[in-house]
Amino acid sequence: MVALTDEEKAMRDGRDGDAVAAAMDLLIRYADALGAAHLCETRNVAGTNTQPSPAKTKLFEEGGWSKAFAVISLDCDDDIEVPRMKVPTCQLQHGFGDDALGIMPYSERNIELQADAESFYSSKGVNVLATCTPYQVGNLPTYGEHIAWMESSAVVYANSVLGARTNCEGGASTGSASITGRIPCWGNHLVENRYGSHLIESGLRMTGFQDWGLFGYFVGDAVQEARPVMVGDLGQPDLADLKHFGAAAASSGGVEMYHIPGRTPDAPTLEAAFGRAAPPGPLHYGEAERRAIYDSLNSIGNSEDVDFVLIGCPHASLEQIGRVARALEDRTLSAGTELWVMTPRALRAVSDRNGWTATIERAGGRVLTDSCPAMSRAAPTGTKVFATDSAKQAHYLPAILGIEAWFGTTEECVDAAVTGRWRGSLAPAAVVR
Amino acid sequence: MTGAAGTRLVLRGRGIVPGRVAGRALVSHETISGWGGIEPASGTIIERRHELYGICFTGKVLVFPGAKGSSGWSGFFQSTRLMGTAPLAMVFTNLTTKAALGAIVTRVPTVTEFEDDPVAKIATGDRVEVDADNGLVIVYGPRPGHPR
Repeated sequence: MVALTDEEKAMRDGRDGDAVAAAMDLLIRYADALGAAHLCETRNVAGTNTQPSPAKTKLFEEGGWSKAFAVISLDCDDDIEVPRMKVPTCQLQHGFGDDALGIMPYSERNIELQADAESFYSSKGVNVLATCTPYQVGNLPTYGEHIAWMESSAVVYANSVLGARTNCEGGASTGSASITGRIPCWGNHLVENRYGSHLIESGLRMTGFQDWGLFGYFVGDAVQEARPVMVGDLGQPDLADLKHFGAAAASSGGVEMYHIPGRTPDAPTLEAAFGRAAPPGPLHYGEAERRAIYDSLNSIGNSEDVDFVLIGCPHASLEQIGRVARALEDRTLSAGTELWVMTPRALRAVSDRNGWTATIERAGGRVLTDSCPAMSRAAPTGTKVFATDSAKQAHYLPAILGIEAWFGTTEECVDAAVTGRWRGSLAPAAVVR
Repeated sequence: MTGAAGTRLVLRGRGIVPGRVAGRALVSHETISGWGGIEPASGTIIERRHELYGICFTGKVLVFPGAKGSSGWSGFFQSTRLMGTAPLAMVFTNLTTKAALGAIVTRVPTVTEFEDDPVAKIATGDRVEVDADNGLVIVYGPRPGHPR
């Protein structure tokens, strides 16, 4: 049984109202299921409230957003009033915003519902960041901080790159955390569970964004849910590289935590990455492995006629949007091809200011905010073949939408949008001699 | 129940969502995705490369190694409860936050942390009783002629 502090017992017993009591009840059941000894205090929650789903819409129609929050976010059937969020809580990515109205098969009713949910939850203190990458728009937990986040790519980034501590939380655990400031202290919250389990030795230098995605997809496939430690002459990754690497590793496997000695904060050295344990024998990543991953990600494409190009999964960084704009200068998209760049609204504001949005729109592309086609299960009408620079989207979208996929570099994807044809190929690896 | 007539096997684990139900097993040897892996409206597995692709788990005792994929796992299984398509019970091997929270909000009797691997010991179609109050899964039926 999870041990509770006096403060937690008071919350459980109703001192702070029915919603908080219900949230504590869920957290206690969850902690006991996991076998957690106690709860962590947290002041940083990233969850999802505003995305309409058929089940949520039905609950909303029965009893408003309070009913939907009670059932979905607290696992509680009572009529309760939703209190203000107790701790800073942000909304992750959701359905398309107003900028998507009329341009794709996405229900107008859902867009209205979501706008209504946004007003409700923001009045309760939810920060509507509306992104899978809260760390790109100001939600940056500090090293060692206990947080409660959903979204596999955000979880792996927070644990590995920022050194914050979170498990892969869900709707009810983040809902309950947001009004109690508590989450089970289990798994990645405990130092002994954060050491590396597998050693991956790369014989290749990462030459850019695509290489980090291929490497991440290889690593996730190799270690599944374990904690890989990557060594070799990898080069200096930037934010977008590690965002892509982690998202790919969390898609092909279930990686929630990794170390790159000298680059990620829990592992200044190889020894620190493994703690007291000796590093296990290494798995090798070389030219053949890189080629096999590339071929696997491109095994779903047959037709070279591309009707849809998607950039930004997880949500594009400013640098990525700038790259797309540069590649599109003075060019026009093929008549039969759509290009979407997905990003948080906050980054779009900067993109607008920098003139990048205008460049992309002048060419016929779109910068869309707050969601992605996988969340909304919507691509441009009639899409059969899509191209992307995201290993994660290449992994998920064919399954979700039943379409073919090409995976390549950002520039190859832009080229496909302009020509309507896929002409990508794998550039030679940078072999470390 | 151990040794009762018709009992073939008793698997001992830890109940994490209480309750006691009996029904037919549906066994997955592969982990299951929530988001992108199941369709809550129909209670079916929709991941194309999955061994249970197209199979409905509604009313079955779902026996599986564990959860994979998006953190939306719990929400997708919660939706099966809200849409009346939930499994009857859950029996799984690998305890993670996704599977634990998912079982709680699906509100079906659930047992995990077994001494023996239920995925290897139970077959699809077996009649089983899930006694999550005592952390037991009881498998009925004649013992097969060869060791399982």
